[in-house]
Amino acid sequence: METLEQIKARAETALPGLQLAIIPNGNSANPASLLVDHDYAVLLAQFLKDDSQLRMDYASNVTGIDWPDVVEKQKVRVKREFRGQEIEVDEIIEKVKPGYLEVVYHLYSMVLKQGPIILRLRTRNRTDQTSLPSLTPVYRGAEFQEREVYDLFGVQFINHPDLRRILMWDEFQDYPMRKDYQEPDDYEYEPTPHDEVLVKARQHYPQEAPHG
Amino acid sequence: MDDKLRQELNQQGIVTTSLEAIYNWGSSNSVWPLGFGLACCAIEMIAASMARFDLARFGAEVFRPSPRQADLMIVAGTVTKKMAPQVVRLFNQMPEPKYVIAMGSCAISGGPFKQGYNVLKGVDRFIPVDIHIPGCPPRPEALIHALMTLQRKIRDQKLTGPERPRYFRDETPGEYPTPTTGAHDLEPAFNKAIWRPPKIMRQE
Repeated sequence: METLEQIKARAETALPGLQLAIIPNGNSANPASLLVDHDYAVLLAQFLKDDSQLRMDYASNVTGIDWPDVVEKQKVRVKREFRGQEIEVDEIIEKVKPGYLEVVYHLYSMVLKQGPIILRLRTRNRTDQTSLPSLTPVYRGAEFQEREVYDLFGVQFINHPDLRRILMWDEFQDYPMRKDYQEPDDYEYEPTPHDEVLVKARQHYPQEAPHG
Repeated sequence: MDDKLRQELNQQGIVTTSLEAIYNWGSSNSVWPLGFGLACCAIEMIAASMARFDLARFGAEVFRPSPRQADLMIVAGTVTKKMAPQVVRLFNQMPEPKYVIAMGSCAISGGPFKQGYNVLKGVDRFIPVDIHIPGCPPRPEALIHALMTLQRKIRDQKLTGPERPRYFRDETPGEYPTPTTGAHDLEPAFNKAIWRPPKIMRQE
């Protein structure tokens, strides 16, 4: 199969206006992936499926990733007035990098027995702009997996034929695979909890202080 | 009637019994389970009913496809919160007398999924369980042992008096409230009439 750079170059000439970014991965298998813009996602998927050298006809896997907001701390030298004199002071500025939800598609070719090409799509943020174009019109098999991503991460897929919850019940309102999900506190804690469970046990039995 | 007299009559070819004994003997030897599996424990339940382990020796081989014909619910597997209302509804549809065996870690406590958000932490939060079998999954012998324990329980039950079973009492219902699926969890999270969170005793 061609390298990802070659695929990127060919796709960008075939679809004018398309901008792809190659996201490297430090993993030893080095599965670098293509980050694609919302407007071009369906066109790119159709290109990868129809291109005679690629023939990516099989969406093997669709999954989601939650990237929460990251607070970056920067040290800055600032001049301040202090008792009539001007001195330089270190100040820490907190910068919030907004998080986003990401959906990853693994595409393979059944005809040419090659792959994978990994596509990534990112939402604008994690709160109100969580919609992404659905690739179900191109890959019919992505339907249930996109429903699963919608169910567990809350990504709204535009043009999905039947976007309903698939694992949790219809009345459920949370998105359990998000990092900030609070699960119902409905289990009995073992007598010797530790780590994360110890923190939860302390919240569950506030009058006690188990194990120090 | 004392045992000595009964033995003497037996030697003369006269069989004596009580209504209670013959009623319990009959129902304990024809416990028909509901054909109902939820996860990998169901495979062990199927193995127990097949030729090698042969649950038919205990009169419990007739797995009924309808709850209306079943006496025993074997909760074999993980009960998710989405499935819990249906499990309670199936139990409510079974005619009395009815019994429940909770088979495997998941059914008795949530098992390896206890700290998850989507699994019911023990089916005894909603329906009365007669026999709990630990194991992940329990072997077919364990299910057979549970069935024999249940048979012993049925044979020992009193049909009259203050110790009579649930279904001979007016004040205890045969139907249990079905939970509804709420915005974050089941509502209610457990049936207060039959289950309370255990008080945890910590020793520092």
